[in-house]
Amino acid sequence: MSAAATTIAHEVPPQAGPRAFLRRLRSGDEIAHLITLTFAALILLITSMLLYELWVNSHLSRAKFGWMFFWTRVWDPNFDNFGAAPFIYGTLVTSAVALCLAVPLGLASAIFLSELAPRKVSDVISFLIDLLAAVPSVIYGLLGIFIVVPLMRTTIGPALIHTLGNVPYLGALFHGPNYGVGFLTAGIVLAIMVVPFIISVSREVLLTVPREQREAALAMGATRWESTWKVVVPWARTGIMGSVFLALARALGETMAVTMVIGNAPTIAASLLSPGDTIASIIASQFTEASGDLYLSSLIELGLVLFLITFILNGLARILIVATGRGGGRPA
Amino acid sequence: MRKRLLLVLLALGLAGLAVAQGGTVLLNAAGATFPTPIYSKWFDVYHSAHPNVQINYQSIGSGGGIRQLQAGTVDFGASDGPMSDEQLSQSKFKILHFPTVLGAVVPTYNIAGVSGELNFTQKALAGIYLGTITKWDDTEIAKANAGVKLPNADIVVIHRSEGSGTTYIWTDFLGKVSEDWKKKVGNAAASVNWPAGLGGKGNEGVTGLVKQTPNAIGYIELIYAVQNNIPYGKVQNAAGNFVKADLAGVTAAAAADAKNIPDDFRVSITNAPGPKVYPISSFTWLLIPAQIQDAAKREAIKDFLKWMLTEGQKYNEGLTYAQLPKDLIAKETKAISLIQ
Amino acid sequence: MSDPRMIWRKSLNYVMLSLTGVAAFGVVSILFLVLGYLFWNGGRSLSWNFFTQLPKPVGETGGGMANAIVGSLKLLMLAAVMGLPVGLLTGVYLAEFGGKTFSFVIRYTTDLLNGVPSIVIGIFAYSLVVLPVKHFSALAGGVALGMMVIPITVRSTEEFLRAVPGSLREGAMALGASKWKTIVTVVLPAASGGILTGMLLALARVAGETAPLLFTALGNRFWSPGFEQPTASLPVMIYTYAIAPYDDWHRQAWAAGLVLLGLVLVANLGARLLLNRGSAVRST
Repeated sequence: MSAAATTIAHEVPPQAGPRAFLRRLRSGDEIAHLITLTFAALILLITSMLLYELWVNSHLSRAKFGWMFFWTRVWDPNFDNFGAAPFIYGTLVTSAVALCLAVPLGLASAIFLSELAPRKVSDVISFLIDLLAAVPSVIYGLLGIFIVVPLMRTTIGPALIHTLGNVPYLGALFHGPNYGVGFLTAGIVLAIMVVPFIISVSREVLLTVPREQREAALAMGATRWESTWKVVVPWARTGIMGSVFLALARALGETMAVTMVIGNAPTIAASLLSPGDTIASIIASQFTEASGDLYLSSLIELGLVLFLITFILNGLARILIVATGRGGGRPA
Repeated sequence: MRKRLLLVLLALGLAGLAVAQGGTVLLNAAGATFPTPIYSKWFDVYHSAHPNVQINYQSIGSGGGIRQLQAGTVDFGASDGPMSDEQLSQSKFKILHFPTVLGAVVPTYNIAGVSGELNFTQKALAGIYLGTITKWDDTEIAKANAGVKLPNADIVVIHRSEGSGTTYIWTDFLGKVSEDWKKKVGNAAASVNWPAGLGGKGNEGVTGLVKQTPNAIGYIELIYAVQNNIPYGKVQNAAGNFVKADLAGVTAAAAADAKNIPDDFRVSITNAPGPKVYPISSFTWLLIPAQIQDAAKREAIKDFLKWMLTEGQKYNEGLTYAQLPKDLIAKETKAISLIQ
Repeated sequence: MSDPRMIWRKSLNYVMLSLTGVAAFGVVSILFLVLGYLFWNGGRSLSWNFFTQLPKPVGETGGGMANAIVGSLKLLMLAAVMGLPVGLLTGVYLAEFGGKTFSFVIRYTTDLLNGVPSIVIGIFAYSLVVLPVKHFSALAGGVALGMMVIPITVRSTEEFLRAVPGSLREGAMALGASKWKTIVTVVLPAASGGILTGMLLALARVAGETAPLLFTALGNRFWSPGFEQPTASLPVMIYTYAIAPYDDWHRQAWAAGLVLLGLVLVANLGARLLLNRGSAVRST
């Protein structure tokens, strides 16, 4: 029920009772309104100050590099030449890998939880998966360093090189020295981190699909799978897309887990086994020691870029999720 | 129940607000990871001896030390690469350099089957880091290591991911011994555009990466190799000899340039002449503002410096850093009075 | 019927549905792997020393993370003090007082703030708090974390306030209570279970944040008195120790990871239990 912004329900005849008392009551409401309004406006203030600071503190590099900043592949603090290309590349590649792994896994799990599993089992598993979403990212980084990286280096990497590495075109993704750290490792860790988001939002969206849709399909002779895949999922399509955007936004901004397993080498390379860098991880590594104002300004400009990308994605996600009829997002 | 909870929280809050006990001097410092083992030892010992002085040193890299000092967010910094004239002139206040220890940067590696010491020529190290030498059994490396079975494996080059004084020392050396390096990568600097390799954060990060990555090579301060029991190689010095990093080699490097140490103590001793010199040696410096407003902090820092130059030096060798030459100590002790 | 097309459809059905089950259980087993590994490695390294001692000089074994544990608690407290009231009151505004356009703007901005990567919040807190004061401090870390707490709290507060049935409000007003009195004495208490849960979850979320602390609270090898000094914190210690080469530090990183995860999970579990058991008002 939406509380309408009206004041007191009952009319107060001007001559009635002790006027001062009533006026105090009235102004009590006004005060409450004012106080809450002020705090709400505080959020506006914080966010605009954030944008302002990012914009102002990056003006040196914006002025010097202009749009070329996005294309320059060099990051050279020694010669004061900075470019965002390797980091944008790294951010996009790791997120793409993460989504390629997380979306099928997440959607399949969501389908299982919404369509097949008995309600109680579904609730318990959902609960457990929500717990996975609560694990702090630095712990994923810890696990990444000590489990995923050695696994990549000893098992997965060589396996990929020997099998997919020989396929034309696709093979370019899996060649070269295998360090254990790199784009693929970061993508795997990110996938594990974002899969709970995809599952929980998709599951909820799938649950809102009206029963009649399923039943109609089944009545027409479709198998359970066909009714799910060809009717239910398309109905929830926009909400699922929304969850993917949400996951993407989370993956793009992820810092710690990625920094610990990506190799910290600002390079653009075709191979997923190559080490790289993302916007978030270079900022984390170099911010406190950016000696030189242009250096610092470039890092802040990178932060601004990241902010804008996640802003657009979050906006899209929200629109999509709301469009499915599901009111509002959920606390990420 | 809720009220009680609130009261407990309030109490905790007030306890946390407890201002430092009167008389405690809290100093914050940040900088190089090269000397972190000895600095953390020093600050710990100094704190035990002077319980009212607490020096919190955060090893974020030399670049960070310089930056945060200039921003004024730390009381003093630490760097293995002395600040350049340009950096000093851009600084809003005067900064003094105080050498603390002598250390060595060693090439460490992790090659299956090779547990002994490899000999690295100057060209080999430059080539590896330039990315022109890519395999361990390359002739440049093999010819200096007759009798060692080097695998035909790709070299995994590891460097620093952030601004580092250790990088400064390393690139200073490479720049002196390789024209190609100087042209391609530039002068000695804390942060460069690496032609090849992975980045590790801090000396600790590089050591960790080398330890975990087969066929890796990295450059770290001697103590990190010793503390972690990983092999490190001999480096060819200017006289052509392969020298293993140790106290004697580092002390010889400092002695070779003893007369040339300027008054502000900023000097590079890499690739020093002499048969027994270890070529990748360096001082590391504490960066202290020349003017410190807070009297308690000023006295604490001056006192610590005096302690460092006398008592502190006794801990150096235990952690494989060399002691400062005696006449340098004398000069520094005089320079302490420059801190106003 | 052995109609081949039917057989194909039926087998496809079976295979795909099984795959979804495999996927779901796969994800759950990852959770158990995560927990299991942490419990195994972390559990072995937990000791009394870990909880009570300060870190030892680099390279020496032993020492603990007492200051990091206290530091994390301090940071959480700061984040709570700074972020929760803002979140709560904004939620009240949006649910009870808000005008149409202004509410939309506030909600949009809150979502925006929610989506800001934590490293960018760290940059902001650095330029806002650390630079002017020329000091890394727990306060700066608290500001950064507080900013992250706000959007989560706003959302959950608004959601739970809206879920309070209109009948409760109308009843109060019919008895002559003014609006603010209704909110304070009737609506908020009714939604309190959910609101507190939201707050708890928000704090649990920021407890594990590392990136914003790197440039604000920095770190401290000693105790950090008051709020104006840099302070150690569990997540930053985990990061620092994990990327270092010392085995002893690795063990301590596992232990810290276990403690941190334990805190976060207990908070989450507790919150959900509160939610399911507590309020008579169910959310959507």
